[in-house]
Amino acid sequence: MNGSHIKIRDLNVSIGELHVLKNVTLAIPDQQITVIIGPSGCGKTTLLKSLNRLLDSVDGVRISGSILVDGEDVYAPGVDVTAVRKKMGLLSQKPQVLPMSIFDNVAYGPRIHGTRDKAALAKLVRCELEAAGLWEEVKDRLHEPAARLSVGQQQRLCLARGLAVEPEIILGDEPTSALDPQSSRIVEQRLMALKTDYTVILVTHILRQARRIADHIAFLYLGELVESGPAAEVFASPKDPRTRAYLTGEIS
Amino acid sequence: MRIRRRRALEERIFKVLMAASAIAVLGGLLLIVGTVVVKSLPALRLSMLIQTPKGGFYLGREGGILNAIVGSLYLASGATLLAVIFGLPIVLYLNLYARPRSAMAVFTRFSLDVLWGVPSIVYGAFGFIVMAALGLRASLLAGIITVALLELPIMTRAMDEVIRLVPQAMTDASASLGATKLETALKVVIRQAMPGILTAVLIAFGRGIGDAASVLFTAGFTDSVPTSLLQPAATLPLAIFFQLGTPYPEVQERAYASAAILTLLILAISLISRTLIRRISKHSVR
Repeated sequence: MNGSHIKIRDLNVSIGELHVLKNVTLAIPDQQITVIIGPSGCGKTTLLKSLNRLLDSVDGVRISGSILVDGEDVYAPGVDVTAVRKKMGLLSQKPQVLPMSIFDNVAYGPRIHGTRDKAALAKLVRCELEAAGLWEEVKDRLHEPAARLSVGQQQRLCLARGLAVEPEIILGDEPTSALDPQSSRIVEQRLMALKTDYTVILVTHILRQARRIADHIAFLYLGELVESGPAAEVFASPKDPRTRAYLTGEIS
Repeated sequence: MRIRRRRALEERIFKVLMAASAIAVLGGLLLIVGTVVVKSLPALRLSMLIQTPKGGFYLGREGGILNAIVGSLYLASGATLLAVIFGLPIVLYLNLYARPRSAMAVFTRFSLDVLWGVPSIVYGAFGFIVMAALGLRASLLAGIITVALLELPIMTRAMDEVIRLVPQAMTDASASLGATKLETALKVVIRQAMPGILTAVLIAFGRGIGDAASVLFTAGFTDSVPTSLLQPAATLPLAIFFQLGTPYPEVQERAYASAAILTLLILAISLISRTLIRRISKHSVR
């Protein structure tokens, strides 16, 4: 296990009257898949969205504590939010393509970050679509609207689009929950393959999926980080009774 | 059993009511268009479209209403352009920058709703005061400014409604790629909402080209086609108003021809825009 460039310290998030995350402290190991598990409504998605500051646009949100990425607090005053977000690619629950062609979806990020050269863009788009396992299916229809792809293809397109801005971290918010089994498998396999180059943080409520792909587990319950550690350890011998209860299906 | 019969009866009654109102509306529309077209037939000639008023009587017995056609197109296009220039930033601010329930957003939307309800003669009177204060005479420019004020709330609220429908997940997707709010607004939100935005622009254009009261004092009226923003400009609604108001039946006939031309103009613009919308909505995500 190498170091950890994402460290969450004493993170508290409230939305309106609701205290969603309570004193969460967690280090995310580099180049591994960290899976956040827990019953629905426990704050998994909130934790994920606090990392790339997507929570900022939520009405009535209050955040305290710190999230260090490469030693820099993403919530420090004066931080360039766009630079923070560029470091993290996000896969949402339902794939959300942008209203443009397949090619332009992938090229969108690089273009806003300054890549203008057509040949370079074409090469990049191909490379990322290959990495996401979509190239063969779309290479002849790159200029068709992205919305015409199937949902499974759209999610892989979102993956390619996220990879195109050269992030260090991939965030996945139940990225397979809206997909058919075949597409889910492809996305899972891609994430496994990508962890050699990226740090992956995945939220899921499917325990079987967590067992299949997790290197590291964080269990959230009612906004509290109950337990975290290497997946093998957590699954084999959970320390906290609540984790044990969740893993055996007594709480869900 | 009795309940089932009652529910079936309810269903049938409402079906009849709905069909009746649809027929009433459609019939009304056909009646209006029919009346205008039939009454305009004696006066409807090509010369109406390509000549300015000529010969005898006030407002001309011969020639055409080219002055009003061109004047109306200039005026409504200018006003619509001006309203877009001010309206689009308001809408983007409300939806991407302002917090949804902030006092600023609530107040802006409320003000626009109130302005939407203000009668156009009030805009005309207001435009007239502004014009006098600026030392402008009744002119195309003064008319454009007044009609833009009239169009602004209609266009802005219509655009607001369609931009609100752009899913948060889509703006989040753009933001999480490191786009600024402005980049997200211009490259994603506007593109996704483009069909609706264009519809809003056309509703406003239709309102602007058809309004008489707001241009009565501000744009003036003239027999010639305006060649500068500072000259007065004739408009179709005022041409109809003046022509109908004359005591001469020949000129009154021409009012119906003017009305037919105005109606056809609006029809043509809606048809063109529909094809345009279909083409540009190719990439929109549904």
